[in-house]
Amino acid sequence: MVRPLTKCWPRLADRSKSRGSKPLHCIGLEWFSVFFSVIFQFEILVLNLVNVPMLNVDVMNGSAEVQRSRWSWPWVITLTYLSVMLLLPAIALIQKSLSLGWAEVWRIATDPVAVSAYNVTFLTALAAAAVNGVMGTLIAWVLVRYSFPGRKVIDAVVDLPFALPTAVAGLALATLYSDRGWIGQWVAPLGIKIAFTRTGVFVAMLFISLPFIVRTLQPVLQELEPEIEAAARSLGATPWQIFHRIILPPLIPPILTGVALGFSRAVGEYGSVVLISSSIPFQDLIAPVLVFQRLEQYDYAGATVIGTVLLLGSLTALLVINRLQQWGRRYAIR
Amino acid sequence: MSILVENISKHFGQFQALDQVNLVVPDGKLIALLGPSGSGKSTLLRAIAGLESPDSGAIWINGQNMTHLDVQHRQIGFVFQHYALFKHLTVRQNIAFGLEIRRIKAAEIRTRVNELLDLIQLQGLGDRYPNQLSGGQRQRVALARALAVQPNVLLLDEPFGALDAQVRKDLRLWLRNLHHEVNLTSVFVTHDQEEALEVADQIVVMNCGKIEQVGTPQEIYETPATPFVMQFVGEVNVLPSVVAQDHRQERSPIFVRPHAVKIHSQPTPASLTATITDILHRGWDVHLKLQLSDRTPLTAHINRDQWADLNFKTGQCVQIELSEIKAFAPSKQHLNF
Repeated sequence: MVRPLTKCWPRLADRSKSRGSKPLHCIGLEWFSVFFSVIFQFEILVLNLVNVPMLNVDVMNGSAEVQRSRWSWPWVITLTYLSVMLLLPAIALIQKSLSLGWAEVWRIATDPVAVSAYNVTFLTALAAAAVNGVMGTLIAWVLVRYSFPGRKVIDAVVDLPFALPTAVAGLALATLYSDRGWIGQWVAPLGIKIAFTRTGVFVAMLFISLPFIVRTLQPVLQELEPEIEAAARSLGATPWQIFHRIILPPLIPPILTGVALGFSRAVGEYGSVVLISSSIPFQDLIAPVLVFQRLEQYDYAGATVIGTVLLLGSLTALLVINRLQQWGRRYAIR
Repeated sequence: MSILVENISKHFGQFQALDQVNLVVPDGKLIALLGPSGSGKSTLLRAIAGLESPDSGAIWINGQNMTHLDVQHRQIGFVFQHYALFKHLTVRQNIAFGLEIRRIKAAEIRTRVNELLDLIQLQGLGDRYPNQLSGGQRQRVALARALAVQPNVLLLDEPFGALDAQVRKDLRLWLRNLHHEVNLTSVFVTHDQEEALEVADQIVVMNCGKIEQVGTPQEIYETPATPFVMQFVGEVNVLPSVVAQDHRQERSPIFVRPHAVKIHSQPTPASLTATITDILHRGWDVHLKLQLSDRTPLTAHINRDQWADLNFKTGQCVQIELSEIKAFAPSKQHLNF
């Protein structure tokens, strides 16, 4: 039986008390966190491998000498480290799930509960990353271009989702958006429920993916020459023409990078989502939580297969976005 | 189209960038705004362009008051020191940008862009991106982009500032020839006196937000109006007036160009004794670093022929005679002995 992990956050306290009597539970949790950090890091690695100049830094024009010797020690150390830390766990994951046999993998992977969980995870993450693609760009623009009291503080606060343990973020969001929360109590009479619905998952993913877009874009915006805009103005362009013909096109690749990073982070997110969703299958159950539920039932095979699907899904999405990025950067190539 | 600058002032906080500046740029002339950094030359250019709005005063272009008109509507061409090309657009698209904004037909744009590519001698490079061009080529594209919209005036802010010495020399001659071809009223900013002397029809020397002198390159060099112009344009020796041995009341310094310092081995009635401290061979010119008996340093430029006749050594005592001495009364009035 699939048991919802938690209905609302105060009940979590009871759960944690009973944890002592279930030692396996803790092992599952550790296994799980390692597993997801691997997924996340592997995505970042691939992102970097496929698209070397991830930010708009002009690597192409750099004068760094290309090392000829393949077997120099920095190269060997890098390869070894990356293999042990990133590649090996990912391969182990895939190998373990494939050891079940194709038919079994397919059955577990296409289980209706799992498919709905993929849908919730990927679509909500995509929506959150897309919204932050716009909002994060705007925030980065304001932080770079505007000077106002408290700018430094706001600049620091943007990193909060990086610094905050995700469970704490989940608690904070549940406080805000539950039916009696600060924001929740105002939208509840309108028939809008945020906490413990897909909207709640979306809000949590918005929260954790925001800094990726802002931080990716800030250095790029800082490098934009104000003279470019002055030149466009002197040629007769209106503010709107300057924005959509001059400023925006070179920003598309870094925005896509930020969105890709935010997306992969949101797909891997567990801690905050588990606290703000009811984790009911076919409603707001996300794939990482499903993995955890499978582990709770000692169904390691099921957890591994679903994890592998998550991994492949994220990688595909990242590769697609990277193609788009390379196309967007075609003018920077010598 | 002529430009008239009327009583323009501009502050940046406490800093007075322009102080009651008046200037007339005649139709079809190429004018250099010359001055050290912070002299207000760039601010003046940007005020003419409409990129800065002055605190007071008026800008007239071709008899029309432009003071309160945005840069978009002034119909000017502006060239920036660091090119300011649109990196995501090809050379053609860069040049066409202003024309597309004006909703000109595509066929007409193509013809015009081809003409301009011919003019800047980059016919084969139209489909390259700015990153694939050299500095000199980029600046020529920036110039073509500015000329594409058929501006009333062309304004260039340190156009050669970011280029290598050799490219800079080529490009400034090219700009002078181009100006003769298109005959467009042009103003360019520079801190390099050599550049101003070589390229401009007229030079405006600026200092501390004010215009020190306006004149042809010849006038600026031969009859500088102020001590500042004297020192900023061409090399000059500045000597305390006691050395001049005349009966003037003020103790204002006197100015002697290095080429006007004559060297003799024997004393003459007006000669002073000096010691050679260093000798620099600069091709045809030989620069002698001298020191007067009161330790005042002095430079003399002689040519290789004179050098061969005299054949001095470092440390040797020589007799010098100062000619073409200039001094300025405290009121900055120009006096010529």
